[in-house]
Amino acid sequence: MIRKTVSNVTEALVGIKDDMTFMLGGFGLCGIPENSIKELVKSDIKGLTCISNNAGVDDFGLGLLLQKKQIKKMISSYVGENEEFERQMLSGELDVELIPQGTLAERCRAAQGGFPAFYTPAGYGTEVAEGKETREFNGKMYVLENAFEADFAFVKAWKGDEAGNLIFKGTARNFNPCMCGAAKITIAEVEELVPAGTLDPDQIHIPGIFVQRIFQGNQYEKRIEQRTVRKRG
Amino acid sequence: MLDKNGIAKRIAKELQDGYFVNLGIGIPTLVANYIPQGIEVEFQSENGVLGMGPFPFEGEEDADIINAGKQTITTMPGASFFDSATSFSMIRGKHVDLTILGAMEVSEEGDIANWKIPGKMVKGMGGAMDLVASAENIIVAMMHTNKAGASKLLKKCSLPLTGVGCVKKIVTNLAFLEVTDSGFKLLERAPGVSVEDIKNATEGNLIVEGDVPEMILD
Repeated sequence: MIRKTVSNVTEALVGIKDDMTFMLGGFGLCGIPENSIKELVKSDIKGLTCISNNAGVDDFGLGLLLQKKQIKKMISSYVGENEEFERQMLSGELDVELIPQGTLAERCRAAQGGFPAFYTPAGYGTEVAEGKETREFNGKMYVLENAFEADFAFVKAWKGDEAGNLIFKGTARNFNPCMCGAAKITIAEVEELVPAGTLDPDQIHIPGIFVQRIFQGNQYEKRIEQRTVRKRG
Repeated sequence: MLDKNGIAKRIAKELQDGYFVNLGIGIPTLVANYIPQGIEVEFQSENGVLGMGPFPFEGEEDADIINAGKQTITTMPGASFFDSATSFSMIRGKHVDLTILGAMEVSEEGDIANWKIPGKMVKGMGGAMDLVASAENIIVAMMHTNKAGASKLLKKCSLPLTGVGCVKKIVTNLAFLEVTDSGFKLLERAPGVSVEDIKNATEGNLIVEGDVPEMILD
């Protein structure tokens, strides 16, 4: 068994530098690598390009990195719910590239799976396709999109083992599995880290080969963005 | 004239037994409240759940189980969770049977604009571009005119596009229309709305053939 465990988040983040490109899992605030983000905020590194579906809220998730102006560029599909983000974007301090959500996921998966590029129908005929190669297949038009290139991927899973195998929970899965192995180094944080042999190999969502470092997060706040409920009875 | 719930009710009548359906944010979400009796449909939310159920009871919210609007939800028996790439494989691969979404503008050629107003804060397209580019069956739910009274059914969209030539059907507060090669074909009138009212509110080419029936909602 090849061990992937590191003792804590500080050790997990060894090698991060200014001006790097990071992938961060999560949809809204669901399934975000909370502990890694807090450590990135502490690290004071800056000039970051962040690939993440969303950009957090003002005081949680990637919003914390935005507050400290550590992010130079965001590549996302949807970035509402964040006033500081809006201010930095409108003032030109922050570069933002908005791309279709499925394209974002597939550019991760392409990087993970060794495809340099792929054709997708998403965005054909819109400003997203401007300057990109387009091609017709069976009478329908497609846009050529490239795989992402990133230095680190930060993902969050529910359970993981010493070998880096991961199991996700609910919709906290989202972009996390697609980003594993899609960057030079993948750092997984989990709610529960167990010894190898504890998890059923049939139930593993992401095999440890896609993960270089794994640690158990100190604490998970798991903030809910839109609390919606119905009345009983 | 229909209110938002009326639009949702009319769209719900287009649901068929066995359909997998993706609902956008806003009026489309209301469609889930009016599933016709005797049919089974499953709702897909592009953040990674198939078989989405109603909101949880108070105290039973789970931060790890949300929909694409980031709202806490529940799941139905037979539900499944998956990653974002798999989710869009369902969408691009045409495994999802029906997509219902809102729009700012639709053109008579089926182009749709619903993600960006130049000069205003741009929040992003989310999954809308993937959905409209791939789905074979798209119904747009929207008001026929904007707040200033201008038509949202146009010859050409004025706003940046989300997708080209993709909208098939539209349900507005005034009418049920189909996008055809020659323009918006009027299929049904909303209760109490005349063909003349619909003509006046439609900038794009409106095709009226024979007597256009009034919608039956219940």
